[in-house]
Amino acid sequence: MYAQIVKTDGTGVKSREDMTPEESAFQQRIDADQKIEPKEWMPEGYRKNLIRQISQHAHSELVGQLPESNWITRAPTLERKAILLAKVQDEAGHGLYLYCAAETLGISRDEMFEQLHSGKAKYSSIFNYPTLTWADIGAVGWLVDGAAIMNQVPLQRTSYGPYARAMVRICKEESFHQRQGFDIMMKMASGSDAQKRMAQDAFDRFWYPSLMMFGPSDKDSVHSAQSMAWRIKINTNDELRQKFVDQTVPQAKYLGLTVPDENLIWNEEKGGHDFTEPDWDEFYAVLGGNGPCNKERLQARVTAWNEGEWFRDGLLANAAKKCTAGEVAA
Amino acid sequence: MVSKHTASSGLFEFLLQMGDNCLVLAHRNSQWCGHGPALEEDIAISNISLDLIGQTQLWLELAGEVEGAGRSADDLAYLRDAFDFRNLLLLERPNEDFGLTLMRQFLFDAWHLPMLKGLTQSSNKRIAEIAEKSVKEVTYHLERSTDLIIRLGDGSAESHRRMQSSLDELWSYTGEMLESDDLDPALISECVVPAGDKVAEAWRQHVTAALKLATLIKPESDFVRRGGKNGIHSEHLGFVLAEMQFLQRAYPGAVW
Ligand SMILES: [Fe+2]
Ligand SMILES: [Fe+2]
Ligand SMILES: [Fe+2]
Repeated sequence: MYAQIVKTDGTGVKSREDMTPEESAFQQRIDADQKIEPKEWMPEGYRKNLIRQISQHAHSELVGQLPESNWITRAPTLERKAILLAKVQDEAGHGLYLYCAAETLGISRDEMFEQLHSGKAKYSSIFNYPTLTWADIGAVGWLVDGAAIMNQVPLQRTSYGPYARAMVRICKEESFHQRQGFDIMMKMASGSDAQKRMAQDAFDRFWYPSLMMFGPSDKDSVHSAQSMAWRIKINTNDELRQKFVDQTVPQAKYLGLTVPDENLIWNEEKGGHDFTEPDWDEFYAVLGGNGPCNKERLQARVTAWNEGEWFRDGLLANAAKKCTAGEVAA
Repeated sequence: MVSKHTASSGLFEFLLQMGDNCLVLAHRNSQWCGHGPALEEDIAISNISLDLIGQTQLWLELAGEVEGAGRSADDLAYLRDAFDFRNLLLLERPNEDFGLTLMRQFLFDAWHLPMLKGLTQSSNKRIAEIAEKSVKEVTYHLERSTDLIIRLGDGSAESHRRMQSSLDELWSYTGEMLESDDLDPALISECVVPAGDKVAEAWRQHVTAALKLATLIKPESDFVRRGGKNGIHSEHLGFVLAEMQFLQRAYPGAVW
């Protein structure tokens, strides 16, 4: 979901008969649940796919700082400010682990930034929605980090070693993120009328965009099969979305908030909720650059990068001086 | 000025200075979160901001206790207007670029650390405890800011230019930090607060040495801008507070 649409090359999954001996041995290791490590042989498609997926995930962590950092200076208490700062700082850390994991596949951080800044690389659509009130900070933690956890917990078992290990570190922190979000929502939903109104309003705006985080419906998700065979995707989009709805509905009820879906109903037979799918036209529009904040988010990243150039160059220049000084001394 | 001090109001004022410095600088630094020049710097500056918020809570909580009017740290942070803030003018300066932000941090850290070290010896136990905890964090802050201004000062022509102009820009704000005549003299005579000239001397030594390594030139001017410690601020603080205090002001009494 942080990597909502990862396009795979080629068409569908290769059958065993079509595989070269190397490919077949590789698939066998994956099927036996062995981890693939950076220096080992891997199919080119596997490498490319993983680079796209991990970098999309990394970009999402990075851009994901923005809607939340939007409220750091306005956090309502010192404690809330500290918690939010720590949370957003964690997200930057997640970006760092993931860029490092992607680098083991032979792409540099600068190249990935270049892809982000040029608009070539995607990041999760959710971060193109605005945070308009303090309750949005609660909603983001509760729903967005909640959806992230749902996706990332299985990825701890993904086939690529560095990615799996990054996920283990990340998941440890994500549950704190969700808890702080839920805690904000609890305070708001049991607070004054104005706070209750903010809480419901935030829930209304973030519900469907959160459901979109899992990517398009399985019937429209053409790229999943190969990723699942390679174990870089563990569950289907719809499985995870269903799980998320089933987990979130009782939480909303507990908070006294109304899920903004008239068709939401418990389906005894399937043991899960029936619910209205998000508006996929909106999803593709946001992914394609036409969401409420796409321009602002990308611009913020580009500005930070461009305005930081002198800083990075200055440090490089200093390091180069030290190197030459070292050479002279030697 | 001096006549307004009673024993507890002098201490209250000093604690506000410590707390407000941390709060206002934390606010400025936190504006970089998500916008830093490199991912590692983004993390580092957010982390420093986080340390400073923690220190704010400790100082202002103690200030509230000393005042004895039942005000919490949050009350003091969120419900005072600018003329009741006691932070240095230096710290409310807008960030402008990352160079000015770093130079401000460096000039402040170089004062903050010796001040805190002195306070670890305070005759007031609570102050000594807070200082003890803060010293660990601020030792790292000063290490980092010193290292960075040295590397950027002695970096590229452009980074050198920016660091020098930041230094020139901020120099007149450092005097206020080094003066201690606004303090209740009893605080020093009773060893609650270290003597100001000692802290100032430590600052001068550290700054002079670091600037030399950074190939930066210490400005000549001895003009001092002052006012923050007496509640006479620049226009910037009003906007900082308008933003910071928005929710508490718009929804009085709400629990968050
Ligand atoms: Fe995340
Ligand atoms: Fe994260
Ligand atoms: Fe998170």
